[in-house]
Formats: sequence, C-alpha cells, structure tokens
Amino acid sequence: MTRIWAIASNTFREAIRDRILYLLLVFALLFMGFSQVLSLLTVGGEEKIIKDVGLASISLFGVLTSVFIGVALVSKEIERRTIYTIVSKPIHRYEFLLGKYCGLVLTLLVNTSVMTAWFYLILFLKGFADPRLLLAIALIFMELLLITAFAILFSSFSTPILSTLFSLSLYLVGHLTWSLHLLEERVRGSGGRAICRFLYFALPNLEIFNIKTEVVHQLPIPATLPLWALLYMAGYGGAVLATACIILRRRDFT
Amino acid sequence: MAPVLEVSHLARSYRANLSLKKYWILRDLSFSVEQGEIFGFIGPNGAGKTTTIKLIMDLVRPDAGSIRILGEPHQSVAVKRRLGFLPENPYFYDYLTAAEFLDFYGRLFGFAREVRRARSDAMLERVGLANRRDRQLRKFSKGMLQRLGLAQALLNEPEFVILDEPMSGLDPVGRREVRDIILSLKAAGRTVFFSTHILSDTELICDRVGILSKGELKAVGRVSDLLGNRVTHWEVAFSGIDPAALPGIAAVVSREGNETLAASPNEESMKALVRAILERGGSLHSVIPQRESLEDIFLREISR
Repeated sequence: MTRIWAIASNTFREAIRDRILYLLLVFALLFMGFSQVLSLLTVGGEEKIIKDVGLASISLFGVLTSVFIGVALVSKEIERRTIYTIVSKPIHRYEFLLGKYCGLVLTLLVNTSVMTAWFYLILFLKGFADPRLLLAIALIFMELLLITAFAILFSSFSTPILSTLFSLSLYLVGHLTWSLHLLEERVRGSGGRAICRFLYFALPNLEIFNIKTEVVHQLPIPATLPLWALLYMAGYGGAVLATACIILRRRDFT
Repeated sequence: MAPVLEVSHLARSYRANLSLKKYWILRDLSFSVEQGEIFGFIGPNGAGKTTTIKLIMDLVRPDAGSIRILGEPHQSVAVKRRLGFLPENPYFYDYLTAAEFLDFYGRLFGFAREVRRARSDAMLERVGLANRRDRQLRKFSKGMLQRLGLAQALLNEPEFVILDEPMSGLDPVGRREVRDIILSLKAAGRTVFFSTHILSDTELICDRVGILSKGELKAVGRVSDLLGNRVTHWEVAFSGIDPAALPGIAAVVSREGNETLAASPNEESMKALVRAILERGGSLHSVIPQRESLEDIFLREISR
C-alpha cells in the first residue's frame, strides 16, 4: 500500500506541476462565469442556465483532464524510459499502475472540488444553491473514475494520440448506448439483434451517471440510483483496471 | 556459494514490424557472476549488452533460458530489495528536484522519512551532487543525471549492482569518480556487473570480463587469464646507428633524426639486435616487451 501511495502522490505532484491542468481548470472556471452572460440572453431561465452550464462544465472539463493526463500516464513512462528504474525497485507492476490511477483520481478530486467551490460561489451569489447539485457532481465524479480507468487501460498498450482518440470515442459511445437498445428492437435478423444486445451490455453505459436534467429541472431521482451507479462504476472500473494490470504485466519495455 | 547472477541458455528475438521473420538478438547466452567480483560485460554497439541487462532486470521477457539473482528467480520482487540498477542513458522525472527524486525512490523501498533523508544526503554527497539537492532535474546536464542515476542505484545499499554503460556521458573526472565508486563497492564486499565499450576502464577495474558479439558470448574469464603473460613482440629504442644493417628487426616502428624504434619478433632476435647495437657503438635507450591488450583480444574476438 505504501508503494501504491508513493506512486500516487508522485503522480499527483506531476499533474499539479503540469500546465495543462491549470489551462483546463481556468477554462472551466471562465466557462462557468460565462453562464451568467448566457442567462441574460434568455427570459426567466437564469437559474436553469447557470445550473446547466455549471454541471456541464464540471463534467466536460473533468473528462478532458482525465483523458489528457490519463492517456500519457503509462505510455509516457515507457516512452521516456522513466519506468526502467521504477520497476527495478521492489514494486509489482500492478502496484505501479494502481498508483498511477490513484494519483490521477486524487488530481481529479482536487480539480472537481475547485470547480464545485467556484460553481457554488456563483450559485450563492445568485441565491440558487441547491444540495441536490452535489449529488449530480458526485455522479459526474464516478463517471470520471470510470473514464480514467479506460484512459489508463488504453495507455498501457497504445500511444497517447490513439489513446486520446479511443477514450474520447468511448465517452461519446458510453452516452449513446441507449440507442443500441432501440436499435435492437428495430433490427430484424436474430444475429443483428444479438450483436446489438451484446454491445449494449459490453460497452459502458455512462448515462447511468447523468442526472443533470433531473436535478436542474427538479425532477425526482430514484433513491437507489446513486448506489447502483457506485456499484456499476466499481465493478466495471475494477474489471478495466484488472485488464490494464494484466496487459502491463505481460508487456516488454524495449 | 551460489553465484550472485546465473544466466542459463538465454535467448531473445524480435520481429520487425509486419514481418514473420525472427531476428535473434541473443542466442544461448550462459555465464555467471560470482560473489564479490567486478564483472565487465563488453561488446560493440548492437552486440546485445543492453538487451541482456533488460532481461536480467525483467524489463523484457526471454524467448528461452533462465536467470537467477542471489539464488532467486529474477522476477522476484523481494530480490529487488537487494539489487541496484542504473539503465543506459537514464531518464528521470524532470519535474522533481534531486532530493525529491531520491526521497521518492526511498519510499518505493518503504524507508522511513529519517532514513530517506539520511540516505539521500549521503548518496548526493557520494556522487558529488550535494550542492544541487534542490535543483530540478530538467536543469541537470547529462553527466549530472548519470551521477544521480548512480545515487538511486545505490540508495538501498544493494548487495549486487547492475550498471548499463555507467561511464557514458561522463568527462574524465566523472569516469574516474565512477571507477572509484565501483572499486569502493567491491571493497565493501558487494558484487558489480557493468556493461561498457570503454575498454581501458574494464582492464583497470574488472576481475572478470565477458566479451559479447552478435548476441553470442565469445570469451569469458579473468582479465589476467585472457590477457595471459605472453609477449607478442619486443620494442627496442636506440640511436647513433643505421637500422638497415642490423639483425633481428622485423619492422621499424618509427624513425626521428638518428633515433629509431624497432620491433623484434622474439627474444632471440631481440638479443641479437641488442648485441649488434652495442658492438657497433650505438646507444641503447630501452627494450620493452609488448603483451596483448584487452583491446587486441576484443578486436580479435568480435571479428571471429
């Protein structure tokens, strides 16, 4: 555990000394501030616009941080050969990978906390603060944990550019898996239906983490949803990280 | 006593992109490194030295063969506690300072904070970087990174140290310092295995050497055994006499003014030459037996 923590805290230190993190964070904060200008253009919907843009910003910039930093975490270590001296120390390769993952999760936690604090400052000033927004942000954070696991998986066998492409595609597909369900009902052949069904269950369903509309429009949220989302994230994320560990264990560092 | 390093029938190949053809980097490589010795692994560029070291450190996997370090399989995480490793042209996290860097590596060994601090300071002192402890590695020169690499390799006071080209990128002073560190490790009872293509260093400090060429071990043994005591020829320096009329000369090596340096093929020829020089009133300056150098052996072995 101490070794995982050593790698994690060093990964966190690397991230907070990386300019890309601050660039994304500044963009996110500016974007949230800009929501007030956007709300001026609409009639009567100021509260909804500010909440909508705020949550969307936390989600989008969180995903970008997770992907842009996550895809380089392992591949950069191999490419720059910094991994040589790390894995020659008494550390298992899976400990290295989990340490990298935890380091980025810690970075995302700090990042999301800063964005949330700024978001709530804007909401307080406008008198729109709502504790249910925190639940929506907690689910966004769970989604980030899953996307980070995928970014690390891709990073363990691919180049940063391809891994970015894979991760962002997966993010888009993950929010569209419901359409596979629809497709399954409309496809005639049983083979086609089986493929749709398989993809529907195999691909991550990221919509499970999306309760922005319900929160912003004050719609009811099933009480068990956060728990299911947490279990889904833990199960799916665990499987993805385990796959990444197996790949890294077999990999040659040439 | 079991060898510190035991490499048996090691083989490693690679395939070029999209090709089915196998290219062998190493074939049936076997050798061992004994307790307390300095073993020099020499060979030209592309001989397979770095691949061998990567296989030993479990950075790449062999096609065949086995490796044991300190009596344990080389993949064992526990054995790495007793091991120090410096890769070729090391790269480290350049956003860290030298002190942060060694502290991080100390944490991978699970050392307590005070131990990490004490060892980091001692290591920085030992490699001559004590006054650079708070400087970021991105501002380090190649030579300074090499020294810091050595510091991380010795941080855990390892029983066995593996160094891949430890002298590369260093100036003569730096090379001397690394040589001294290697010798001090041997004096403390540690075992050192290092690869190099700088033969003068090898001849000076190694107990045994292995000569690798095209993925095969061409020769291995004590430096003194490999060199032998055999005199290949004699060099005789004299003046005041024309070499053309003298017996026992195989070749004139150089001639400046009336001073001549001549080579005699064997002891009898040399004696005849010396007698002739003295009888004909010439001045004899020196008579030096010439032995085979490690470089001669190296060049002969790799050309086979």
